[in-house]
Parts: sequence; C-alpha cells; structure tokens
Amino acid sequence: MFETFEHDVLVIGAGGAGLRAAIEAHAMGAHVGLLCKSLLGKAHTVMAEGGIAAALANNVAQDNWQAHFRDTMRGGKLLGNWRMAQIHAMEASARVMELEQWGAMFDRTSDGRINQRNFGGHRYPRLAHVGDRTGLEMIRSLQDHSAEQDFKVYMEFTAYRLLKDGDRISGVIGYWRETGRFALFRAKAVVLATGGIGKCWQVTSNSWEYTGDGHAMAYVAGAELIDMEFVQFHPTGMVWPPSIRGTLVTEAVRGEGGVLLNGKGERFMFRYIPAMFRGEFAENEDEAKRWLIGDKLARRPPELLTRDVISRAIVKEIKEGRGTAHGGVSLDIATQRTAEKIRSKLPSMYHQFKELGDLDITKQPMEVGPTTHYVMGGVRVDPETAQSTISGLFAAGECAGGMHGANRLGGNSLSDLLVFGRRAGASAAEYAKALNAFPNVDEQVARNLCREMLAPFDRTEGENPFAVTEALQTVMQDWVGIVRTEEELVRARKKISSLKERALHVRAGGNRQYNPGWHQALDLMNLLVGSEMVILAAIERKESRGAHTRIDFPKSESKWAKVNVTIYEKAGQMHVKQQPLPEIPEDLRKLVEGEPS
Amino acid sequence: MRSRAVLRVYRGDRQLGTLKSYEVETCEGMVVLDAIHQIQAKQDNELACRWNCKAGKCGSCSAEINGQPRLMCMTRMDRYQGDIIVEPLKTFPIIKDLVNDVSWNYEVNRKIKAFHPKPQQGGTLRMQQYDVDRVQEFRKCIECFLCQDVCHVLRDHNRKDVFAGPRFLVRLAGLEMHPHDVEDRLEAAKNILGTEYCNITKCCTDVCPESIRITDNAIIPLKERLVSRYYDPVAWVWRKITGKRKPV
Ligand code: SF4
Ligand code: SF4
Ligand code: FES
Repeated sequence: MFETFEHDVLVIGAGGAGLRAAIEAHAMGAHVGLLCKSLLGKAHTVMAEGGIAAALANNVAQDNWQAHFRDTMRGGKLLGNWRMAQIHAMEASARVMELEQWGAMFDRTSDGRINQRNFGGHRYPRLAHVGDRTGLEMIRSLQDHSAEQDFKVYMEFTAYRLLKDGDRISGVIGYWRETGRFALFRAKAVVLATGGIGKCWQVTSNSWEYTGDGHAMAYVAGAELIDMEFVQFHPTGMVWPPSIRGTLVTEAVRGEGGVLLNGKGERFMFRYIPAMFRGEFAENEDEAKRWLIGDKLARRPPELLTRDVISRAIVKEIKEGRGTAHGGVSLDIATQRTAEKIRSKLPSMYHQFKELGDLDITKQPMEVGPTTHYVMGGVRVDPETAQSTISGLFAAGECAGGMHGANRLGGNSLSDLLVFGRRAGASAAEYAKALNAFPNVDEQVARNLCREMLAPFDRTEGENPFAVTEALQTVMQDWVGIVRTEEELVRARKKISSLKERALHVRAGGNRQYNPGWHQALDLMNLLVGSEMVILAAIERKESRGAHTRIDFPKSESKWAKVNVTIYEKAGQMHVKQQPLPEIPEDLRKLVEGEPS
Repeated sequence: MRSRAVLRVYRGDRQLGTLKSYEVETCEGMVVLDAIHQIQAKQDNELACRWNCKAGKCGSCSAEINGQPRLMCMTRMDRYQGDIIVEPLKTFPIIKDLVNDVSWNYEVNRKIKAFHPKPQQGGTLRMQQYDVDRVQEFRKCIECFLCQDVCHVLRDHNRKDVFAGPRFLVRLAGLEMHPHDVEDRLEAAKNILGTEYCNITKCCTDVCPESIRITDNAIIPLKERLVSRYYDPVAWVWRKITGKRKPV
C-alpha cells in the first residue's frame, strides 16, 4: 500500500527552519531526509520581506543581545519563554553571519558592513535585509548551500500523520502530490518545520501550504501546544482590488519612514501609544519628522509600535468611521522619501502595487488593513533542544510555540527559523545517534491511515471540500479575528463542530494524480484542528494581551501573565489547561522591566 | 470591465489533453490565477496548478497564457479581450493540467559549485552597496523557469543534455561576480553548462518577470570571460606561466 524509506532524522517542511535543521543534522553525521509540501525553494519563507533581526550593532553601536532580548520580551507582552528569547537574541547574529558565508548578500552600510533597518518594536535598527525580499535571499542561500550536501530532498510530498512506537516517534505517513501514492518514512527523530495556520482565515497573507499540518500532526500524536490564542494580524495587508485582499505590504514601508493616515488624513498612531511604551516614542508629528531626517534626540514614530497595537488601532479607526474608501487606512511613503529611494529599498512593493493595484507608491498612498499573518502559538518545546513533549519529535519555526509570547516582532521570525532550526537539527541528530535501532512501526496503523486518506474517494455523494473550507474561513474571519468576545467564540466553536461533521462527508472525484480537491479534503482536517485550538485557547484566556483582544475582558491581568494556555488531546477530545510560565531569572527580569540601557 | 470571461484551460497529461472551456465571474483587479482558483473551487475540483505566494515572489505559477510564458498571479484578466487560453509550459514534461515536471532544473542546479568565500578576519564580509546591487540583479531570480521555457535551445532543440539554460547562467553570473567568491566555474560554464549554445536571441530577457537583463548582464559577460580564457592566446600563456587566471 506504500513504499518505505528510512532516515535517522526526517525533517518535515523546507522553509528556513526545515532547511537549516536538515543542514545541521546532516553536518552532524545523521542520514537526513527533507520533505517539502511544495517544490524546493517555494516555501513560505520566500515571501518574507522586511529582514532578519539580529543585534549586529552595525548601525547603532549600543545594540546588543540584551537590548534585543528586552524588545522581544516586551513585544511579546512578557508572555514569551524567557530562555527561548534569550537564546534567540544571543545566537541570531552568528546565524546571520553564517548565512553570509553561504552566499547571502545583504544591503551594506557605507563602511561595507551589513546594513540594518528599523522595524516595529525594535529599539535600534536591527534588521539585516536586502531591499524587501530578504526571505528569498535567505531561502536561496540555504537551498544553494544544501545542494552541496548530500541529504535527500523529497519534493511535493504531504505528510499526513506521525507514527509512534509506544511513547516514541517512529515515522511519518503521507502522500506524493504528483501520483497520490503513499509513502512511509521510518525515522528515529522527526523535526516539524511546517509553518503556520493562516489558511484558517479568509483574509490572509499565507499560502495554500499554511494549513497547520505540523500543529495538527503533533496534536494528534499527543504533543502539547501552547499560546494558540495568539494569532498575529499584520496591520498592513492590501485591501484593494478585492482579488488581492490580504496580500502582505511589508513593515519595511514603515521602517523606511512610511506613515499611517486615516480617511480624514490624520496621522492617528500618536493617539494609540500604550502605557508600556510611553516615553519611547515620538509624541507629535514634528518630533517624528525630525527622527526621519536623523535627529538623534527625536524618538521613533509611533508607526513603529508593535503589530498588535497597530492592527487594533487601524480596526478602531475604521470602526469609528474614519476609514478610507475601501475600508482600510492609508500608508504613505511617497511624501516621506524620494522616488529613487523608495524604488531601491522597496522594489517588490513598488512592483506589486503597480501591477496588481494600478498604483504608483512613489506618488500615491497605499490602502491597507489587517491580514492574518502568523501564529505565535505552536508545539511546546524545550528551549535548549527544541524537543516537544513526545520523545524524538522536535519542532522549530512558526509551528513551535513559546518564543514570541503574545506578539511577535517583525524580523524575529527569520532569525527564529535559523536559530531554532539549527538547534532542532542538532538535537534530533544527537537523539537519533543515541538510538541503536529504528523504533517499530505498526504497519497496520499505517495502512489504516492510508485508508483514512482515501475516504473522500469512497463517497459518491458529498460536499465539495472547497465549499466547507470557505465556510470555515468565514467563521474564523467573522468571529475569531482581531477583537473577540466570549459569545462569538462560543458560537464559532459550535459552528466548528458542525463543520467537522460536514468535513467527514466531503468527496473527491477523479483519480489520485495531482488532485487538488482531494488534497483540500485532507488539508481541511488540519485546518479544523488548528481553528479549534485557537478558539478553545481564546475562550480560556479571559484577558486582553498582545494579539489576543477580548472586548469583554479589555485589560491585561497580572495573573494571566504567569500562565500559558495549553492544548492537548485526550480520548479523542481536545482539552485545554493552564500551565505556569517558567520563572524568569531575576537579572533578566530586571532587564526586561527596567529602563532601556 | 466585463463581468464574465471564458478561460480555455489545458486539461490532461503528457500524452493526451484538450483545452476545456470554463466561464468565470470576474471582478476588479482579478488575475488569471484567481480565475483558475475559482474554477478549482466551484466548477472543477480536479484542475491542477501550482502556486504559493500570489504576489510574484515564489515563481510557482508559471504557465503559457495566450501563448506567452507568464506568471498567472501577476497577469491581470483585463489585459485580454477575448477568450484566455491557459496552458502548461511547453519545454518541460506535463504532469497534469498546468503542472509541469521541472525536476531537470534542480538537477542542473546541483552541477554548479556553491559560493565559497576567501577566509576573512572577524567573520564579516566587507563589500560595497554597488557590489550587492550588481549581484542582486541575479539573486532576485524567483526560479519561475519562464526563461528556460522560452529559450529555443531547450524549447525547440531540446538540448537539455548540453545546455543549462538562462536561469543557471544567471546563477553562475551571480556567483562569479560575488566579490568574495573564490571558486572558478568557467570550466563548468563551458563544458558542463554549455554557455556557448546560447546565441543571444534575448527571448529569455523578454519574459523574465523580475526584469533581470539575463542576456546583457549575465550571459554576455560570461561569454566574454570564456573567450578570454579559452581563445585569447595572451591569457593562455599568462595562465601557463603564473598558474593564475587572468584578472578580469
Ligand atoms: S539569449 Fe541565449 S539563453 Fe536567452 S533565450 Fe536566447 S539562446 Fe536562450
Ligand atoms: S531568470 Fe527570470 S525568468 Fe528566469 S527563472 Fe529567474 S526570474 Fe524566472
Ligand atoms: S504564486 Fe508565487 S509567483 Fe505566482
């Protein structure tokens, strides 16, 4: 029923985290296999635009890992795992330099070092970048470097479920997209690097791949997931024309000086500086203008506040009737920078708006609004090893939770992929080395899973899987968005139960070869798991913090600052519990809570 | 703009296929990929295509639209008046519908030696922005393989056995022009990648969605280097005596 492959370490997902994990595990002598859902080099990392955050201190000498750590923890509204944030801040610079040794080319400072740009929530210019296509640079560098390593890359393979031998991971079952045939990968260790769950929503910057496969696989296998209530809605997605709604407009536009205006032409962000950040941002347009021309005494403009804050502000402006023609706000760089500078620093934004929106961003403002972008929550991992609560199962990148707390800073994702991708790869290789033999695979279980995957073909009648997916995306968009209430969340939860029922009756026609209807039917299962996790966690957290805003509990509560909401499976049911946050050491706590150095 | 349009889409595999007509609803700003998705979701769940970013960044959605190699996600419906014909790339075998087998490209890629820097102090590579800009023209390639599709050496003469195609000469040029790279790839450029098979028709440049000036900026300089290495007697003698390649 399936062919079988064997690898010491099997990495699922070939974006930044997966590639970096595979490279590291291979370097440590493990026999590595890398599964890509798409073709190699097309993973979601390619769409990252703004840059990689690392305290290289090339532009501002005061920057250091402590400052980066402080920004990350505060940006995550103190809910991040302190040790992950610390490791990330300490190792990000080395990972960027290493990427350069593998061929990445970043924009330069006048003295020839890596140039760093400003970004939301980062106190100093910190993002290594190349124009606005840093993700492409990163994935291509990893891809080219790995082409010289002889680990095996399997393209267009969708992993469906993990297999276990008792409590240990023992492999993965899934299908080749091209032929629809099944394959079993036996492995001593598995690294999940599957990205996020953005396709649960209608308006999203995420691609078709982002159906929460890793989240769902880990959950079904019995792993714990944390922080699933925290979903980042990026403040600036395109809103017009309708067919392009949700496509990302990089934060680099604001990093390069872009300003946000409401429909009345007011620069509204000055009104939304939260108490936690007061004193660190410019208080009026005049000061912001001086900052733009390099006045060292002026503070940064409020457009560089964290994404959660800006998205909420935009939603409020629109709700109160101060939106633009198509229900967004304006993002204007044309009045702030020369046309030449805009084209050199934001080439793909220029191109994107010109081709798709009939708009010249060097002359006119862009119309933008929030779009689903990133999930902070994911598989609970050990900070040092990236191992999940299941032996032999590791997770890195977006599908892992903890690092970003309640809100992720821009630029901290690409660095996260490299830092924890490498760590996951190394730990997986070590773990595999310690096992003498491959754990057992129960072939009967594998065969049953194959039958489960084929079920949509057996139904002669049944719904169109795309229709059920769309219904799910509408529920999530309407009731599980940026601002939430208990009533809507409960309603959404009920809706999910009925959608789960409908999903069991979707049908696939035709044969198994490259059949999008069938693929959708299977992805839908994972989308439902991901959505339910977000809803349950969001109901549980009765406060507002970071990206999770409850109208019925508008304040942040100190008791909620001490717990992660955890999702796990028991007897086929999804459960939720609260778990205490690891206690932050005193010196680091002082660093986070004290004045900036 | 019109509210409905007819797409004629290739349905089939490498042996057998036909153009099938679908009527779609259109809206402002719609691109061909939107229409394909609409068909997939509402009319024909089995219609296969590739895509990822829907913003011209990943190079997955390459197809031939009214005979022109283009990205479906960056091609507006309102460019066209009549029926819109969407077909897979001609130069690569068809897997199904709009999905091609492009694995050959990945094999070629492995034949190119990756970047290796000279050892440097303190781990930092110093270079200037103009170095970056020059090389970035090549590094911004999204591997859509549209240039490969249109190049007659591959498309009409099917010389995949000897010629790597414009995409990989672009990669090669980027590596060769990297100010810190120490590898020598000219031998490979000649004998493995077949640079000389290109006869500078510039068709590749015309279709590149990233506006990379493939022929002028990547291929011609490579050809010049090959000429001075292999056919320039002064350079040949110089190399024999010093064992070094001629400074370019
Ligand atoms: S210029 Fe050379 S590589 Fe480009 S299409 Fe013509 S022959 Fe092919
Ligand atoms: S060089 Fe241009 S046309 Fe060729 S693969 Fe790259 S982006 Fe596509
Ligand atoms: S979908 Fe990425 S280039 Fe078209």
